Formats: sequence, structure tokens, C-alpha cells
Amino acid sequence: MTTLSSSPVGTAPAPAGKPSGSRPKRRLLGEHPLGTLFAAPYVVFIAVVFAYPIGFAVWMSFQDYFFAAPGAVVDRPFAGFDNYVAVLSDPDVWQAFGNVGVFLVINVPLTVVLSLLLAYALNTVIHARTFFRVSYFVPYVTASVAVVAVWLFLFSGNGLVNQVLGPLAPDPSWLVNSALAMPTIALFVTWKGMAFYILLYLSALQNVPKELYEAASVDGAGRVRRFISVTVPSVRSATFLVLLLATITGANLFTEPYLLTGGGGPNGASTSPVLLMYQRGIEQGNPDVAAAIGVILVVLVLFVAWLQRRFVGREES
Amino acid sequence: MRRRIITSAALGAAGLLALAACTAGEEGGTESRGDIKIWYSNNEVEIAWAEQMVEAWNADNPDEQIEAQEIPAGSSSEEVIGAAIAAGNAPCLVYNTSPAAVPQFERQGGLVNLSEFDDGDGYITERSGDVAEQYRSADGDFYQMPWKSNPVVIFYNKDLFAQAGLDPENPPLATHDEFLETSRTLVASGAVQHAIWPAPTSEFFQSWFDFYPLYAAQSGGRQLIEDGEATFDDENGQAVADFWATMYAEGLAGQEAYNGDAFADAQSAMSIVGPWAISVYGEDVNWGAVPVPTADGIDASETYTFSDAKNVGMFTACENQATAWDVLKFSTSEEQDGIWLEETGQMPLRQDLTETYADYFAANPAYEAFGDQANRVVEVPNVANSVEIWQEFRDRYSEAVIFGEGDTASFLSDAAEQANELAAE
Repeated sequence: MTTLSSSPVGTAPAPAGKPSGSRPKRRLLGEHPLGTLFAAPYVVFIAVVFAYPIGFAVWMSFQDYFFAAPGAVVDRPFAGFDNYVAVLSDPDVWQAFGNVGVFLVINVPLTVVLSLLLAYALNTVIHARTFFRVSYFVPYVTASVAVVAVWLFLFSGNGLVNQVLGPLAPDPSWLVNSALAMPTIALFVTWKGMAFYILLYLSALQNVPKELYEAASVDGAGRVRRFISVTVPSVRSATFLVLLLATITGANLFTEPYLLTGGGGPNGASTSPVLLMYQRGIEQGNPDVAAAIGVILVVLVLFVAWLQRRFVGREES
Repeated sequence: MRRRIITSAALGAAGLLALAACTAGEEGGTESRGDIKIWYSNNEVEIAWAEQMVEAWNADNPDEQIEAQEIPAGSSSEEVIGAAIAAGNAPCLVYNTSPAAVPQFERQGGLVNLSEFDDGDGYITERSGDVAEQYRSADGDFYQMPWKSNPVVIFYNKDLFAQAGLDPENPPLATHDEFLETSRTLVASGAVQHAIWPAPTSEFFQSWFDFYPLYAAQSGGRQLIEDGEATFDDENGQAVADFWATMYAEGLAGQEAYNGDAFADAQSAMSIVGPWAISVYGEDVNWGAVPVPTADGIDASETYTFSDAKNVGMFTACENQATAWDVLKFSTSEEQDGIWLEETGQMPLRQDLTETYADYFAANPAYEAFGDQANRVVEVPNVANSVEIWQEFRDRYSEAVIFGEGDTASFLSDAAEQANELAAE
């Protein structure tokens, strides 16, 4: 039998008040310098790719800013809250945030419920498990542009869905109907992204101790009661993750309204804040206004994430 | 001490960065000569023209070579060019510069003022005549070379017209009422789903292919904005808005985007297109072409339309601007314009086009109407916030005209008020 013991010399704290050459190094690199070294590339990546652009966007939102040629003499003065005033007094911005709100209200609960149910089913199914897994993953791994084309055929005025519905088909049709365009997009995104969340739930389900199910069965719990009383609480951490990721990706909705409803139509009913940022910042050359929309979006997403953490992920903290 | 070294290093690095940025943005000036880079469009016929143009220039100018490539892939040429300006790596010339984007590029400090070349104004106005005036910027100078247009007309499918019992050789399409009645006949016959199917989507440029050509014709050649004021909130704009509103309300035009080319697929019997359509539909569709309609009908020789032009921009990142200017003149010379016409069927923005290339139009009568129409084209206004104005216009048009939510008079007055505000900024 081997006994593991650490060297008293190596771990003994330096006597108080005695100067030590390793102390500044330790303060800088932490208790595990090698770990810090390994983490450093990712920290640099985060700083360059995320932190700096976010800081720059915040700064830009307080300037009268536009992209200019290097060396060009242009006037880009401090604008205070002008961009925020412009954004908050723009009805298109309010409509876009309202649209994405509708999207999240439909997409997030649907994603959580369906992915949990499908993961549970997939976890219990024995036959054709690979077939089902592939079926769920095909939309996820297929390029959005290709899948959008299929949905355009399905949901256009003369599409398959309306032909099946016959006289019950909505008029105007799904993607040009102000009330139905965003819910249709929400359904599309839910269906397309489901596989990833199923995967999260599957890994969580495989960590639920079998004894809990056996104990519940001994106590007389049926299949539904076991699902509600054992499965749902046991995968709470996964649920929190799914909620968080679905909210963040949903708030950044762009491709679907850009492609599926021809640039946020009809009448802006499917315009998302990110699509609006693209129009204002890139197409119209007002990145300062786009940055203000982006900052507001980040703040709102952080707030929603905080609520989710408070009500769903409290055990995680 | 260490802090001082770090601070010095940081300041030094910042200084180097600033220096690098300044160096990157240095202009070579209008006197410098040497090799240059150009970008051109990525469609097959334009590539063929560009390759022969570059080859011809390079053969005669060994010390001033052109390095040419297609515009890098992006969701639009304008976005790619805008990014290149900001990065300081735009080429000397781009043979696909949208006039609508010119005010933005100019504001970015990305475009060279062509009027500053000694013969700049003279060459442009001599080549393009009165049409060139639309391309002057607010300061009266040219920041773009008017290059080529695709004057839009109504293409119609003769077979579908005949199937609907309409005269395929002289279809009644000159007035708004005739156009509506013809459209009703087409749809009622069951030959097509919609009579015409312009894209009903929300992109800022879509109004160039439904409202604007008809407004240009109806108003006798007025731009959307003139002298800083919106022009369309008048009886001409009202007539065109009402015409399209009726087309959509009666299902004669499609409210939903067609997934493909409705005209090629015979799902619609008409389309609003430029001369490029001849080579695209030529063999597959038995087509005819007529000018865009007006309320009361006017002679084809007096009808204006939207130009759908693309111009050439010279960019400030260019070090050898004197060479670039010579290349620009070479590539828009009478000889190169003739080759352009032969290769692409698109109209050089050159005055007396049909007389200059009489042989070409005699040999290709299908293009003659486009050649004549090229003398009466209306460009998008060269004003500040051009794209934003068109987006606002499109959003309001979509609501009131395409989807019939709200009246057209309010749409025109609201859009005009918004356009005036944006143009004044």
C-alpha cells in the first residue's frame, strides 16, 4: 500500500514577517503557476475577442462614431447619451425588442420542455437509439441557409403546411403575417437547435442515480411521478444551463429573420435587435447607434440571466 | 522603476500603433504612379471584360501594372468595400461601386475626389453628358465615375399573355389602368399566380425595382430627393403608390417573397428588369419588353426609369492615384465601353450611346430600346444618409402599400418628412 504524503517543506507557509522571493510571483501567478500558464491563452482570447470589443462598443455608444479610413481627418465627438436617447425614442427599436421578447417567451420554454422530454425518451428507448439521435442532430448540423430554404417551401402561401391545413391556413400566410411571423421563427429555431440541448440533458440524465428511481418505485411512484419527482429535480443544473444558453442565443437572433422573412418583415414584425444593429451599423453606417442597441441588449440579457439564476439555478450558486 | 519601464513601453507601443495607422492611411496623392490594385464584380460576363481590359493595359504599361481580382465575398459589395476603407486596404479602383453607398464612403474619407484631377470634371461630363450631373456630391464634385447602367423596363412573357387571351405583340401596359386590367386578366385566366412579382421584402434597395422606376416615369425624371427636399409627396408619388397598393390588394402582385425566380418559373407573367435579363431569359422565355407604365401613358421616347447603375470609385488608400486615373479613363474609353457592351449587354453611361455604337445596336436590336432608355435614367439621390432614407421609405412603403395597413397619402407624407430630416443631417 502506498501512502501519499506531501512534503512538509514544500507546503509549509513562510514564516510571518519574513521576506520571501516567491511571494510576489505567487501573487502574480497564483497558487498553481502551471495552471495559470495553461489558462493564459484562453484568457488572452477572451480579452481580445470579447472583452475588448465589448469595451469598445460601450465607448462607441457614447461617441458620434462611424468607421473611417485610417488617417482620414474626421470629427467623431463625444455624444453623451444622445445615441441612447435616439435608440430609446425609435419605435423600430422598441418593436425589435418586443419581437425578441415574443420569440424568447415561445422558444425558451419550448426548448426546455421538449429537449428534456426527448432526452428522457432517448435515454429510455432501446431500439433504434442511433436512428433517433441522428434524426435530432441532422437539423442542428445542417447550415441554416439550407434549412431555411426547406422551411420557405413548407410555410409559403402555397407550401405544404397550408395545403395540409386547407381552409384553416392563415391569411396572410405564416411568414407574411404580422402575428405569426415571429412565432414561426421561434418554432424553427426551437426545432433546429434542439439537438444540442438534448445532448446536455442526456449527459445530465446519465448521472441520475438509479437508486432514486428504484426507491421511488418502491414507494409506489408511477412513470409520470418518477419523471416529475426524480428526473426533473435531478437535472436542475442542466435545466439552468439550457435556460441560460437558449436565452442568450435567442436574444442574438439574426439569421432566421434575415433569411426566412426577408429582412425582418412583414412591417418589421420579425426584426430582431441584432438584425436592427446590422441595418443601422453596417448598412447605414451608424455603428454608434448600433452599439447603443447592443449595450441595451447585453444589459437586458444579463438581467434575464440573473433572474434565471435566482429562480432556477440558485442551488448552483 | 519597473512601473516606469512598463509605462514607457506601453506609450511606445501606442505611439507605434498610431504611427502605423497614420502610415496605412497615407495617400499617395494624385501625382504618384506605379502598380495598382482593382476589384471588379464577380459575375461571369464582367469578369471576362475585366480580364481583357487588364491584359490590354498591362501589355502597354510595364511600369504601371494592374493587379486585379473579384470583389471579396461578403453579403454585399458595399459592406466589403466599407470594411476595406476602415481597414485601410481598399484597392485603387472598384468597378462595382453603388451610387447609394457613395455618400457613406465619402463620409468615411474613403473616396478620392475625381474633380481634383486636372481633367476630372471635363472627362466625366464629356463622356456621360447631362446624366453625369446626378452623380455630383453635395460639394459639387465627383467622388465616383459614372460607369454603366441597367435601365429597368417591364419584361413580359409572350406565351403567358397569349394563353390569357392578350395580344402578345402589343400588350396594353402603357397606363396604370391598362396595366391593372391586363394583370387582372392574367391572374383570372389562371396562367399565373401573380401578374408581376417584385420582391416584397424589406431590404432598403427593393424600392428601386417597384416604386422608383414608375415614379421616375410618372414625374418626368425626378429623383426621390432634389435640392435636399423629398419630391415624392405629390400627385406623382400618390399615383404610383396607389397603383402598387391596388396591385397588392387585388393579389396581382405577390405579398410573399418567391423562393426563386418567379418570372423564369412562369409563376408571374411580368418582371421589372434591366438589359442583363436578355441573356438570362433569352432562350428560356419568349419575352417582350415595354417601358414602365405611367398614369396616363406617355411615349417610350419620353419615359424615364431607374438607372440601376454601378460606378467606379477611386479609394484614398491608393498610393498611385495618377495611374489609377489613367486606368479609369482607359477602361471607360470608347473602345473599352464598346467591348463592355459586347460582353455584358449593359449600357455604358455615355452620351450618344446608340449613335456611337450604331453597329452593335443594329446587330442586336433587342438591346436598342435599352440603349435609348439609357439616355433617360434617374439615379438614387446623392445625399447624406442615403441608405437610411431608403430603409425608412421601404419600411413605410411595405406597411401601407404592400400590406395595405394605413393609407398611401400618410405613407408619402411621413416618409417625405423623415427623408427631409435625414437628408438635412
